[in-house]
Amino acid sequence: MIGAACAYYAARAGLSVTVVDSGPVAGGTSGGGEGNLLVSDKEPGPELELALRSQELWRTLAAEDDGALGAAFEYEAKGGLVVAFTAADFEALEGFAATQSASGVVAEQVAGERLTEFEPFIAPGLAGGFWYPQDAQVMPALATARLLRASGARLLLGRAVTGLLLSGTGAVRGVRTSSGEISARYVVNAAGFGASAVAAFVGSALPVQPRRGFVLVTEPLPAMVRHKVYSAAYVADVSSSDAALQSSAVVEGTPSGPVLIGASRERVGLDRTPSYDALGRLAAQAAELFPFLADVKVQRYYAGFRPYLPDHLPAIGPDASVSGLFHACGHEGAGIGLAPATGEMIVALLTGEDPIVSPEPFRPSRFAEPGEVAE
Amino acid sequence: MSVEFTFDGRPLTAQAGQTVGAALLAEGIRSWRTTRFGGRPRGLFCGIGVCFDCLVTVNGEPNVRACLAVVADGDAVRTQVGDGRDSGE
Repeated sequence: MIGAACAYYAARAGLSVTVVDSGPVAGGTSGGGEGNLLVSDKEPGPELELALRSQELWRTLAAEDDGALGAAFEYEAKGGLVVAFTAADFEALEGFAATQSASGVVAEQVAGERLTEFEPFIAPGLAGGFWYPQDAQVMPALATARLLRASGARLLLGRAVTGLLLSGTGAVRGVRTSSGEISARYVVNAAGFGASAVAAFVGSALPVQPRRGFVLVTEPLPAMVRHKVYSAAYVADVSSSDAALQSSAVVEGTPSGPVLIGASRERVGLDRTPSYDALGRLAAQAAELFPFLADVKVQRYYAGFRPYLPDHLPAIGPDASVSGLFHACGHEGAGIGLAPATGEMIVALLTGEDPIVSPEPFRPSRFAEPGEVAE
Repeated sequence: MSVEFTFDGRPLTAQAGQTVGAALLAEGIRSWRTTRFGGRPRGLFCGIGVCFDCLVTVNGEPNVRACLAVVADGDAVRTQVGDGRDSGE
């Protein structure tokens, strides 16, 4: 998705673009996600700023061709509902929402007894919640494919990048692939959870690690879950740096009928073995939010790997030492949401324009500065 | 040994141990679901429990995989329309 967004904005700026992927379209990081475009889970700071810009760009993209592009990748500006089980959690949500509001996030307090106005089938007795109308959703594999097609970029699938080509002065001049070399003035590393290996070709440190998540897919249902619904615990899970399993249910309906249930987080390398512990916890937590789900069948699950960086910020910008090499990776679980603003930022840096969002906090070189990066 | 079941109210006979899908296919019935959007006919595709194309309503329960569910004596199997929970069911 990040690569597709970079290709899309680069092509629109008049650059000639080739996209190289070792697998199929959205076969790696993007295909394993849910397609969340969230502002609700982000605290004020650079990531939220990028997310707000991205929400604007997603809206613009979705409106292209009289809305046909948005319909093609199932863009839904459905809003999010964050709920609290206890009064203490509700109070914490209120404090969090107040800090977000100052940064441009729209958040409306919803008393416990009013939650059914938003979600008729939500569990009774919840303390309350916050309504975030800016939260939205896309189908990530379709969004990736449609943006790539709209970019008109040359697409080379099933070709792994096996090295970077450098000129005599040490600047990048292309990539080596599993079948031949490709010349390029600029190379953007948008390799998702594989981005660390690409950076390592030129000795750059980019400590992207996979943070595994599972998603349960239920049998198709009528529209019973109307928005993105998750519990207050999710925000703490997202910002945690713990390697051990964390899970909190994020429940959402899809246009095709199945309900998707995320989100677990654990750092266990690239292990796709099903964890019945994680899957069971997700199912139980989802049924706590929506009791009717206890009687609904799960058809399947899938696993994905979020490209995690230790300071929970993506790396967007020029490489610390190799001229012409750029990185756009490490967005963890927010990559679909942050993709358009990332692509826009990369292209501004490539063409010497002023980026709309400050790229400084995202500079990849921060990992080459010892002691600079806090966990 | 044979078991008696119905498909959309029509009495049919299956061999004991046969799946719903196998029993319907043996009767020459190839479709027992219509899709959620286009209303197109669906029946067995992968036949091994992976693709979820052969969903059918059995004894009022929608989204049963016909290729895995063993037909039991007295089962009422019905064509599934869409997600199987529409008001018309």
